[in-house]
Amino acid sequence: MTPMIRVGMSTCGLAAGAGAVYTAIDTYLHRRQLSVTLQPTGCVGACHREPLVEVVVDGASTLYGPVTPERVSLILDQHFGGRGRGVSPDWIVSRRADRTDYPFLGRQVKVTTPLCGVIDPHSLEDYLAYGGYQGFKQALKMTPEQVIQAIKDSHLRGRGGAGFPAGMKWDITRQQRGSDKYLICNADEGDPGAFMDRTMIEGDPHRLIEGMLIAAHAIGATRGYIYVRAEYPLAVKALRLALQQAREYGMVGQNILGSGMNFEFIIKEGAGAFVCGEETALMHSIEGKRGMPSMRPPYPSEHGLWGHPTNINNVETYASTPSILLNGPTWFASMGTPKSGGTKAFALTGAIQNSGLVEVPIGMTLREMIFDLGGGCKNNRAFKAVQLGGPSGGCIPASLLDTRIDYEDLKATGAIMGSGGMVVVDETTCMVDFARYFLSFTQDESCGKCVPCRIGTRKMLNLLTRISHGHATGADLERLLTLCETVRVGSLCGLGQTAPNPVLTTLRYFKDEYLAHIEEKRCPAGACEIDERQADNGRPLAHRAPAARAEAAL
Amino acid sequence: MTSPVKELSSRRYIYQGDPLLTPPPADLMVILDKYRGQRDALMTVLEELQDHYGYLPQQGLQYAARELGFPLSQVYGVATFYNLFQLKPPGRYIVRVCKGTACHVNRSGEILAMIKTKLGIGEDETTPDGMFTLQTVACMGACSLAPVVVVNDRTYGRMTPEKSTAMLTELHDEAAMEVKV
Repeated sequence: MTPMIRVGMSTCGLAAGAGAVYTAIDTYLHRRQLSVTLQPTGCVGACHREPLVEVVVDGASTLYGPVTPERVSLILDQHFGGRGRGVSPDWIVSRRADRTDYPFLGRQVKVTTPLCGVIDPHSLEDYLAYGGYQGFKQALKMTPEQVIQAIKDSHLRGRGGAGFPAGMKWDITRQQRGSDKYLICNADEGDPGAFMDRTMIEGDPHRLIEGMLIAAHAIGATRGYIYVRAEYPLAVKALRLALQQAREYGMVGQNILGSGMNFEFIIKEGAGAFVCGEETALMHSIEGKRGMPSMRPPYPSEHGLWGHPTNINNVETYASTPSILLNGPTWFASMGTPKSGGTKAFALTGAIQNSGLVEVPIGMTLREMIFDLGGGCKNNRAFKAVQLGGPSGGCIPASLLDTRIDYEDLKATGAIMGSGGMVVVDETTCMVDFARYFLSFTQDESCGKCVPCRIGTRKMLNLLTRISHGHATGADLERLLTLCETVRVGSLCGLGQTAPNPVLTTLRYFKDEYLAHIEEKRCPAGACEIDERQADNGRPLAHRAPAARAEAAL
Repeated sequence: MTSPVKELSSRRYIYQGDPLLTPPPADLMVILDKYRGQRDALMTVLEELQDHYGYLPQQGLQYAARELGFPLSQVYGVATFYNLFQLKPPGRYIVRVCKGTACHVNRSGEILAMIKTKLGIGEDETTPDGMFTLQTVACMGACSLAPVVVVNDRTYGRMTPEKSTAMLTELHDEAAMEVKV
């Protein structure tokens, strides 16, 4: 068998310098006139070791990283030149094909990302060689009802964060009257700290297309929109190419594979609005309007795009379905917990040793995830908290690390499963500042349609700023809590309703840090700029503490 | 299959008697002609206009409204809602500092402060020589390489304040080289 060299060329790999590494390998192979397949791939997930190069000779696989152009000839000499010296063990990520010697990769269970970092994302042949489109062909042999039943039996839940059972959503959309039904894939991955969708689309775009085709068959939809962030230019490019290939292969258009099914894809690029991740806002954006949310109900399944029944799922949900149909719902359900089947991909980032994309069975504990796979915090610092679900989610402290990664268990802590952003923070991060960071994000991204969100988040941000500068009093903390409740209950869409979560969870688990800022005017983590003059000098007389008021009056 | 997109005016606009505008230049017309009659095309049109001009010129918005039959208010509303649309011409290099969570935790704030000082401009401003525009971006999805700075289409990972200064100097030199050539 021809030896193969794979180079991870996703956004993360390229930013780390994979382009130069690829050229260096290509030059080496040409110079030595070796018959080796050099293949650009997506990201295998171990982004902390980028640029990654995998060398496969006679079935034995070695994964190297970080590779620099200077290291290329040393590494390749070892495989093709007969010399074994000069390669530092630090450059080797894993020597075993199953990656059991590298827990970050070895302990993952890949259902939606098995081909990321393995195939050339720009090649349909590669995808087909690994069983591509077999799930869809299987679906075509079944009735739509059978497909929906299989999805229901698999216990697949919406991976966008809310966790609504996917099969049930499909069923509701299927049962609506009306000839035109639409599918939307929400790939507007706006949560800062999340890049699951980007990795999946850049590394294996056909899987998403296949998943949407399965859903189209089950629901009876005729048109599918993929709404991708414009911040992901590589993903958009990969998707456009994949669609063109799928069309040539007869998977898109009229009478698909002779089944009588018609389906068209349309790619829509977002333009940098976080709120467009909310489904009603997303639909307005597709319709060419300002991306502002509407009241629900009616839900998109009943009254969606241009008033037609519309099924919205995110990338990972669609990408899970081909394997379900291929391997059966029982296989998928057996991987998770009784209520939610399968795996979930997370973007593990922040102050963590091994950052990158991890896909694990639902039900793994946070401790396993962060310490066994993630390798704990960088620079030997102490773990403080993990933040899940971005600006809509919450922080989980060290004492709750044995929580299972599951929709219900995570919700009980005050955090959410979310779309998969998992940001680890260490002792140097101040939790008040962290909460303030998220509020400044939601405040900035609030579309301004409803008052609680537009003004409430601004006021919350002001209060948090006062706390972090050491200007606040105990009454401010109470005001903050009242505002949290108002914004949560009164906001129109998920952005506002969940905006208080970062504040509420940090208050719940790190109240002492808030109190240190308020009472002792001190930031325990040393991250906030406490105003030395402290609260009183800059404030109106009426707002000053009684003692200071008396002093000023003299 | 019936199209979900209701037909808008598919004919070209007649400028006779329009006090504000004369017919658009041919390059603009090519773009607008592609989307004539498509109600959902507004964002795509604006994205293409921005690709073409580097920003959204006022007249471009007016022509898009006239030719495609959208109210100008809607065109302006969409153009100002989304962060990526720019109504002012940007500098040669658009420097985007990521302020995503992972970057924030890894101290992207210091990098932003450093670039601001070096360039002497604030967010969403352009240097007087038209070389650099400074922006922040919510998340580029390259969190493993945090903190991240993106310049046009190039991503710089694992940045530090020192590296960002070097990056600016490098870009300056690069531009100077190109002028010479």
